[in-house]
Amino acid sequence: MDFPIFIVFGGLALGAAISVVAQRRAIYSALSLLICLGALAVLFAQLSATFIAMIQIIVYAGAIMVLFLTVVMLLDPRSDLSSPNRARFVSYAAIPLALALGLILLQAVPGKDVSLGSQTANLAAAGRAEEVGRVLFSKFLLPFEATSILILVAILGAVVLAKRKL
Amino acid sequence: MENILSGWVGALVVIPLIKIAIIVVGITLIVLAMNWIERKAIAHMQIRLGPMRVGWHGLLQPVADAIKFLLKEDVIPERADRWVFILAPAVALIPAFIVYSVIPFGPGKTFIVTDINIGILFLIAVSSVGILGIVLGGWASNSKYPLLGALRSSAQMISYEVAMGFAIIPVLMAVQSLSLVRIVEAQKELGWWFVFLAPVGTLSFFLYFFCGVAETNRLPFDLPEAETELVAGFHTEYSGFRFSLWVLAEYANMITVSSLATLMFWGGWLRPFPNVSALSFLDVIPGLVWFLLKMSAFLFLYIWFRATFPRFRFDQLMRLGWKVFLPLGIVNTMAAGVILLYWPGK
Repeated sequence: MDFPIFIVFGGLALGAAISVVAQRRAIYSALSLLICLGALAVLFAQLSATFIAMIQIIVYAGAIMVLFLTVVMLLDPRSDLSSPNRARFVSYAAIPLALALGLILLQAVPGKDVSLGSQTANLAAAGRAEEVGRVLFSKFLLPFEATSILILVAILGAVVLAKRKL
Repeated sequence: MENILSGWVGALVVIPLIKIAIIVVGITLIVLAMNWIERKAIAHMQIRLGPMRVGWHGLLQPVADAIKFLLKEDVIPERADRWVFILAPAVALIPAFIVYSVIPFGPGKTFIVTDINIGILFLIAVSSVGILGIVLGGWASNSKYPLLGALRSSAQMISYEVAMGFAIIPVLMAVQSLSLVRIVEAQKELGWWFVFLAPVGTLSFFLYFFCGVAETNRLPFDLPEAETELVAGFHTEYSGFRFSLWVLAEYANMITVSSLATLMFWGGWLRPFPNVSALSFLDVIPGLVWFLLKMSAFLFLYIWFRATFPRFRFDQLMRLGWKVFLPLGIVNTMAAGVILLYWPGK
């Protein structure tokens, strides 16, 4: 049962991800990204990381995608339909760069054993809400709090940039 | 027949499908009934009669309206983005119904499709996808009022979702579980509904319910579809069948908010004062009825709000969300933490 689900939703995520960069209209790219994130959430859930799967949907689909769509709506994406991609060489450089990034990420996989069976056992414990919370507030407390300060600074920066006169 | 129901096919496919069918039909019927009650109640609050012609005191009016919606011409604006325009009501409606799969309508396994250990998180995640439907619908219409309505609703729903999360956290801290069934069971073990645990539980409930009203775009928070300013907001360009999908999604979300308020703060399917044994004769009434009664009370509150309160201005709405509800929620969560840590015997 695991393998067909992985193939279907992994393929969906991959196809949607390609569609994100292939679409010409920003709103369709945003919708493709949404499908991609949803498929990734299913993969997380399938690895028993149910908490992470739900957080994936709440944070990305619920919050960030709404902001993306709002920006797309405000910037009127129809205006950039006619202009062709000026920096064409960028798209050719993108493919080898993506491959290189993929290779680097593959190095990060511990033991290079990416088969599903061997890792489900400890992943099942790691993906639950209790476990994520415990690790987040003990082992990764400093990075976690530092990230929150980083986000706060980013919010302040955005407010200052948007409103010159406060 | 027994073979079908007892095997794994029965447990995993047939029985859930039957439950899903009952829920979809049931929720639609509740929406129709609420539509009639809303029109009659508001009419009487304004000293009018409301619908009187179709059936006894207009009882068949919602049915007549539903048939009218189905028969009307399906208009899609010429300059609209056709596919997104068609997709948007479905994006709003499908999550609105999916959330019912984790809501326990009564005790035991009979009244719930599936009890998952992250029930409430699943509910928040799925319903947050519904916001996208409104944003997409407003954008795809390619018209100024829907666009303004969609912008307003995205800002409003994100703002109030944050405060709503802080209203829910104290309950989760007390229960130590994300399962909606566990939340009700914890209230049974405690003997008190969480809303009576003043001040934290009471404040949490009010925060949750007001944020819920804002999340569902109802008065006094119905800025995204303020008819005096934006015609009909994000669904201005929708008509006939597709418009009825928007209405169905909005009412289904109202039922979800009412159900969640019942489950988290008002004891779900429990009778009043579950710790007082003198009232145990009330157990004759099944849990499902208690649940539906409490849920209906909240739905009536929605209608009552609509007839009572004037609409907020948008800056007032934002100020209320970020400067009142959110700080209250954070303080409340901290208070809940302190109480749970130092409460004797808890």
